Formats: sequence, C-alpha cells, structure tokens
Amino acid sequence: MSMLESIRSVMRRDEVFEFLVPDTPPDLDLTHGIILYLEGINVSFDGFKAINDLNLYIDDGELRCIIGPNGAGKTTMMDIITGKTRADSGSAWFGQHINLLKMDEPEIAAAGIGRKFQKPTVFEHHPVIENLELAMGGDKGVWTTLTARLNGEQRDRIDEILTIIGLQEQHNKQAGSLSHGQKQWLEIGMLLIQNPKLLLVDEPAAGMTHQEMERTAELLTSLAGNHTVIVVEHDMDFVRSIAKKVSVLHQGSVLAEGTMDDIQNDQRVIEVYLGS
Amino acid sequence: MILLKLLKSDRSGTFMLALLLLTTLVVPICNLLLPESSSLHISTYTMTLLGKYLCYALLAVAVDLVWGYLGILSLGHGAFFALGGYAMGMYLMRQIGSRGTYGHPVLPDFMVFLNWQELPWFWHGFNWFWFAMLMVVLVPGLLALVFGWLAFRSRVTGVYLSIMTQALTYALLLAFFRNEMGFGGNNGLTDFKDILGFSLQSDHTRAGLFIASATALGLGYLSCLYITRSRLGRVCTAIRDQEDRTRFTGYRVEHFKLWIFTFSAMLAGIAGALYVPQAGIINPGEFAPLASIEIVIWVAVGGRATLYGAVAGALMVNYAKSYLTAAMPDAWLFALGGLFVLVTLLLPRGVTGLLRKKEVTR
Ligand SMILES: Nc1ncnc2c1ncn2[C@@H]1O[C@H](COP(=O)(O)OP(=O)(O)OP(=O)(O)O)[C@@H](O)[C@H]1O
Ligand SMILES: [Mg+2]
Repeated sequence: MSMLESIRSVMRRDEVFEFLVPDTPPDLDLTHGIILYLEGINVSFDGFKAINDLNLYIDDGELRCIIGPNGAGKTTMMDIITGKTRADSGSAWFGQHINLLKMDEPEIAAAGIGRKFQKPTVFEHHPVIENLELAMGGDKGVWTTLTARLNGEQRDRIDEILTIIGLQEQHNKQAGSLSHGQKQWLEIGMLLIQNPKLLLVDEPAAGMTHQEMERTAELLTSLAGNHTVIVVEHDMDFVRSIAKKVSVLHQGSVLAEGTMDDIQNDQRVIEVYLGS
Repeated sequence: MILLKLLKSDRSGTFMLALLLLTTLVVPICNLLLPESSSLHISTYTMTLLGKYLCYALLAVAVDLVWGYLGILSLGHGAFFALGGYAMGMYLMRQIGSRGTYGHPVLPDFMVFLNWQELPWFWHGFNWFWFAMLMVVLVPGLLALVFGWLAFRSRVTGVYLSIMTQALTYALLLAFFRNEMGFGGNNGLTDFKDILGFSLQSDHTRAGLFIASATALGLGYLSCLYITRSRLGRVCTAIRDQEDRTRFTGYRVEHFKLWIFTFSAMLAGIAGALYVPQAGIINPGEFAPLASIEIVIWVAVGGRATLYGAVAGALMVNYAKSYLTAAMPDAWLFALGGLFVLVTLLLPRGVTGLLRKKEVTR
C-alpha cells in the first residue's frame, strides 16, 4: 500500500481504525460434520515424547470418551487443543477454518472451546454466582469489565446454569467451601455458561461419590448433541455409562477406537492395561 | 449514587475516609487559626510530617492494588514514587529562577556547578506546572507500561517478577546517582523556594499541601475501591488465585495486569509528587531497593487486599519509624525486619485482619 493510500485509509470516516476492530475468530465451519481435527501431532518434553503422531477426529455433537493409562498424554492433548502447550509439529483445526495452533488461550476460549481441568479449578475466593458471572461469555476486555453490570437476561442465564449443575442453594457460598464434587460441577457450569461448541472435560468423576457420579454422567450425556464433549476418564464404569465411542490413548497416540465392547475385547488394549 | 454504593460495600474504609476528612479539616485549622500557646495547636512540622504520611498511604494503596488484588508482588514501586517526585522536583527547581546560589536565570545550581551551558532537552517544559503534573503521571505510567508489557507478555510471574522489579528500581538508583544524568546526582534536587508562586516556607502553603495530599489519598482510595468492587476487580482476584483458569475462561490476563500495574504506578507517581514539596528534597535514595521493600511491609502489616489496611499499615509503620529513628537510630532496621517476620508468622491478614475476625464472629 502506498503511503497516500494508507493515510487515506486512516482518515476514512466510515470505518473504525483497524486496531479498534475486535479480533473475532472466523466463524466455526462444520460443513463436513467434523468439529475437531488433530493430525500428526507431536510434542516432546526434554526429549520425552508425550504425544507421538496423534490423529484424532471428533464429530460435531459427539460425546467421545478418551481413556488410557497414566501418562498416556490425555491431559497434554487437551493442553494442545486449548493453547497451553505448543505442538512441535502437526495440525489442529477447529471446524474447517480455525487453526488452533496459531491461537492463544483466550482466543481459543472465545472461539468456543471450554475446558475443565483435571484438578477442579474454580475461583475459590468468589461466591458460586460470581464464578459463573466471570465465566459468562461476552466481551472480556479490561474496560468493558470495569463498567460491566449483570442484566436481567444474564441473571436468568446464571439461574439456568445453577439449576443444571444443581447448585441453586449454594449460589452465595464461597466456591472454596464446596465439596470436591460440587467444585467439579461448578467448573462444568463455568464452561457451559460460555456457550462453547466443544467441551474438554478432564476426569470429571474423580473424587465423586457414586451418586454424584451418576448425576455427572446424566449431565454430560444431556450436553451431547448441542455441544460436542470430550471426556477423559479413568473410571471404567463411568465411561461405560456414558460412552458411545471410546478412544484409547497409549504412549501419546491412539491405540484403538470403537465402542466400549470393541475396546474391552481388543487384545492390544488388554495388554496395555494389564501391563501397567 | 455510585459513591454511596461503593462506601456501603466498604464500611471500614468509609470510617477511615471519614477520619481522613476530619483530619483534613482539623489539622490545618489547629495549625493556622490556633495560637502557638494553645495546647491544641499543631506545629507546621507535625502537619508536614502527617502530610508525608498521607503520601505514603497513597503509595501503599497503589501497591495493595497490584499485590493484594492482582497478586503481583512489586518490589519496585518506590521507583514510580521517586519518578513522580523527580517530575515535581524539576518543576520546583525551575521555579527557583535566579534565586539560586549562583544566580543563574535558567540553570539550576547543580548544572552551573557542573559547568553546563544550557538546559538539557528533558528539562524543558518543566517551568510549566501543568506540564510537570502531566509528567508526574505519564513518566511512571509509561515506564510501568513498557516494563509490564515486556514482563507480562512473556508471562514472568512470582519471584522472578519481584526480582525484576527490584532490578528496575536498582538500575534507576544507579542511573540517578550519576551527575551526567542531569538530575542532580546523589544530592538530588533541593532548596526549593515556592510552588505556584506560594512560598514553601509559609504555613499556608504547607496547609495547602497537606490538604492536597489528603484529597489525593481520598480520591486514589475511592478509585481503587471502584476498581476492586467492579467486575474488573473480580477478574483481578481471579487472576491472583487461578491465573490459568482465568485465561481459559477467555480473559487476556496480560492486558489486565498491564493496565492495573500502570494505573498503580501513576498513583505512586502522584504520591511522590505530593511528597517532595513537603519533604523539601528528592534524591536517588528514594530508588533504593530497600525503600520499595518497606512499602510492601506497610501493606503486609496493615493487611493486604483491603485497601484501608494499606492506609493503616503505612501510617502505623511510618509513625513507628519516625519515633524509633529518633529514639534508637540503629534499631529501626531490626525493628522493621522483626515486624515483618512477626506479621507474616502471626498475622497473615495484617493488623486489620484482627478487626475483621471480630466482625465475623459478631
Ligand atoms: N510440562 C511438562 N513437562 C514435562 N513433562 C510433562 C509435562 N506435561 C506432561 N508431561 C509428561 O507427559 C506425559 C503425559 O502426561 P499427561 O499429563 O498428558 O498424562 P495423562 O494421560 O493425562 O495422565 P493421567 O491419567 O495421570 O492424568 C507424562 O509422562 C508427564 O510426565
Ligand atoms: Mg491427566
């Protein structure tokens, strides 16, 4: 662009300046019915290959369970999808157009991927309701948050989520004082309120009583369809109760994929699990 | 409306602000209107001392905002305070005019002494009060912006960040010690005559400075209160407690840190600017790493993440300092160190934490 032209573009009065345009990611394109492509991903930590030529495709609206022995790379895979860890090579696409490897955490979150950590992480010093308020979608810039107030619609949305995660009675309690299971739910609620297309849920049933586990299973299955859900879990009963399709991760790559029954009869899977 | 709501959310702070308002009215009256023979008379020395404490309190509030609410342990806020102070000092130097020892119409004494022929470029403009006041906030703000941009973008946190802030203030200390820098070397800037045409020796000017300091503290406090009570404040504490979660929730953590840090640095600059005419001098000693650590101790003693605790801490520790340095000059540093250890071990929520515990049980 010549100088004159660039000056002209700055002076144009029918557009805002380029740097003022919020950088929203391109729209999620699901024309092929696949929401997440992971292809040939490699990650190594100090020479140790945590992820090794990983290929994974997730359909839109699917509920996929990922199992695998400790250290298989399940959490690391989520770190890559959400921008926490950089892949050494490979590609990760969200829909047809969104290149996840080029984005950082807040961008990926804004694009529609929510994540629950393995260890429940909520804002412990804030009441439940504020946890949800903070997580709620919308403009998350510094200046907007300075003057942001909850409107009626947003309050309703928070109430709705509180009902879904069953924490209406605890809504004014400090998140830190919730039970382990309740924290897990709150964290899931914090994901839901962001309206993500894709939810990554790392070990949601850990530390839950049997009853809590059942409710979590119900919650997750009810989410599938409107959302795409990837669940990492060790508890086989839990996986069995929710999974249609299961992927087994071993030493950083997919060892087997199929229904729970296929998986449990797969010779290689049995070896891996018996071996560890 | 907003003000009322804010004050309602911070009862201890409102009490403190009321006390501040009272002091702002009473102290100048007791100084100016009551005869010296009266037992209620407050000496100009005491009023100026209190004025300096108020500046420290504002500085402490600035540190509490970044440390208490955002979790950034800045051990370099003394640098922003000093830069604000130097900006004010430069204005005051230019006001001396030809009344200096060497009687040069433009150049401050120390430049004449160094045989300089003309004013360095960065001293221009400081003869205007408005320009100097702009620099009081812009210089610390810009430094914080650049420093913060580099540090937060590369996600330096915790101890490493604290060490970097110490290095920052230490580097400035060394730079300002040098005569060639043009800020008066190790003597700093002093021998001020007047401000806005009012003599700095007069009681009325001193009273004016006292009131200005109290007002700055009040406004600075309220703006910090407004921030911490907004959703922005909640994002800050969220960053402090769970930085990763905040990021995955879609907040650009580095932007939040950057703007709060910069705002805090500007407040520190204002505190420094009000401090200097009351102290009568600004020298590189203000950049000493120890000075910045002291500020953090005030906040820790008062109780972090309360704002009013920072004010209380700054006042208490500085009162103790004035008292101890007069009574036992050698003991002060030990007392300070001991105080810090005691507070960290026994009162993790500071002195005001004791009050709050009562509030809860009541
Ligand atoms: N930041 C890191 N630096 C070095 N090694 C790492 C890092 N993160 C993960 N690893 C290693 O990578 C491997 C895979 O870890 P990951 O946490 O992904 O396993 P996982 O499948 O989630 O296991 P678990 O079931 O125990 O949660 C492990 O051996 C782990 O030690
Ligand atoms: Mg894991």
